[in-house]
Amino acid sequence: MFPDGSGISAAPAPASAGLAARDLVCLRGPRLVFAGLHFHLPPGGALVLVGHNGSGKSSLLRLLAGLSRPFSGLLSWDGVPLADDPDAHRIRLRYVGHQDAVKPALTAVENLSVWAGLDGLPDPEPRARGALAAVDLSHVADLPGRYLSAGQKKRVNLARLALVPAVAAPLWLLDEPATALDRDSVARLALLIARHRAEGGMVVLSTHSALDLPGAQTLDVSRFSVVADEDETDGLDEDEGAPGAGDVTP
Amino acid sequence: MTRWLRLLRRELRLALRQGADAAMAVLFFVLCVVMFPFGIGPEPNVLARIAPGVILVAALLASLLSLDRLFQADYEDGSLELLSLSPLGLEAVAAAKLVAHWLVTGLPLILAAPLLALFLNLPADGFPILLLTLALTTPLLSLIGGVGSALTLGARRGGVLLPLLVMPLYVPALIFAAAAIDSALMGHSARPHLLLLGGLLAGAATLAPLGTAAALRAALD
Repeated sequence: MFPDGSGISAAPAPASAGLAARDLVCLRGPRLVFAGLHFHLPPGGALVLVGHNGSGKSSLLRLLAGLSRPFSGLLSWDGVPLADDPDAHRIRLRYVGHQDAVKPALTAVENLSVWAGLDGLPDPEPRARGALAAVDLSHVADLPGRYLSAGQKKRVNLARLALVPAVAAPLWLLDEPATALDRDSVARLALLIARHRAEGGMVVLSTHSALDLPGAQTLDVSRFSVVADEDETDGLDEDEGAPGAGDVTP
Repeated sequence: MTRWLRLLRRELRLALRQGADAAMAVLFFVLCVVMFPFGIGPEPNVLARIAPGVILVAALLASLLSLDRLFQADYEDGSLELLSLSPLGLEAVAAAKLVAHWLVTGLPLILAAPLLALFLNLPADGFPILLLTLALTTPLLSLIGGVGSALTLGARRGGVLLPLLVMPLYVPALIFAAAAIDSALMGHSARPHLLLLGGLLAGAATLAPLGTAAALRAALD
């Protein structure tokens, strides 16, 4: 029926292209963070994660990055489960976490060219300078990381996003990218994201501040939070509390 | 491979810019050995007899001293997360960090060893075998220690836990290394001991990056 096999593999593509999560359950230590979470993000889409503190926004982003594994449920890219090919997934994603990974001993441009080099990009240093220009940090490019302010470090970290075109790394996972940024930088970030989406890239980000993302879906993670059984939580609290209280910390 | 070399260059650059770690290991090594004549007394024969063991144990301690920072800084500032997401894979990242650790702390120990051997009155014909033994032992220390360093990552008081975890694993290396030098000094062949050390090194070089990567993955989860 499908002589070249293309009918089988191509048929689901329009419906499932992009990133999808189904029945996702996240367990952090003894705590069930969320359960039954699902979404579908098509190419060019943006997904804004909202929810109160501790609702699991960061945990979800780490699951999507493959930094931790879901307790159960399915994550898929273009219909293929992520667990089938973690190496390919690592290459197509860019993760910006809470920590900026800026080495105090290296200059901004050196910090950035390390990541460009590890991605196997040719001419890491000119690329790094270009990416720093995209976040308006050219003037501190040769300053060691220890002299950068919190907002500038954040921008150096965000500049990693500008290193490669959307085709090479279509998925951006940003954990509160707007914290510590001034208003101009937030606008520049929004522009960076808009350009990425126009090229077919997609963005999942968590944020508390308003970031202008036209046509973005919003996912309230706290809707999937699991309120644990009264007895069960009590038991866990006691288990954790007892040794903690007796412990001597210097 | 170029990516791997780039990562190695980053590690070396960081180590050289922050300088203190590498210099501290060598200084500790030298001071540690120099303490022995003060404690034991300046009897040349006694010192010559204990020289191989003292140098090996001091090298072991010096290597241990710098191990707890091996992954700590990258873990704390989020670099380790990004390294684990790089196309290299965590095994290659671990291998690069272990090699860098040896280049920064192990190699200087080997270079400082002849001077210390002189202090301790080690017979001159023991020098080549001492250097050869250290060349096989110090990478082994970095490799085994790296696994321990990754395992204690994120643990409270990891710096205290690490020696307790790693020291027993150093024992085989120490036994064969000391035996190699002793037998060479007594005119026997050091070959069997060196072969055993080489075997340990080959095994550790294969398994340590895998074990380190697995431990790092657990720490990041």
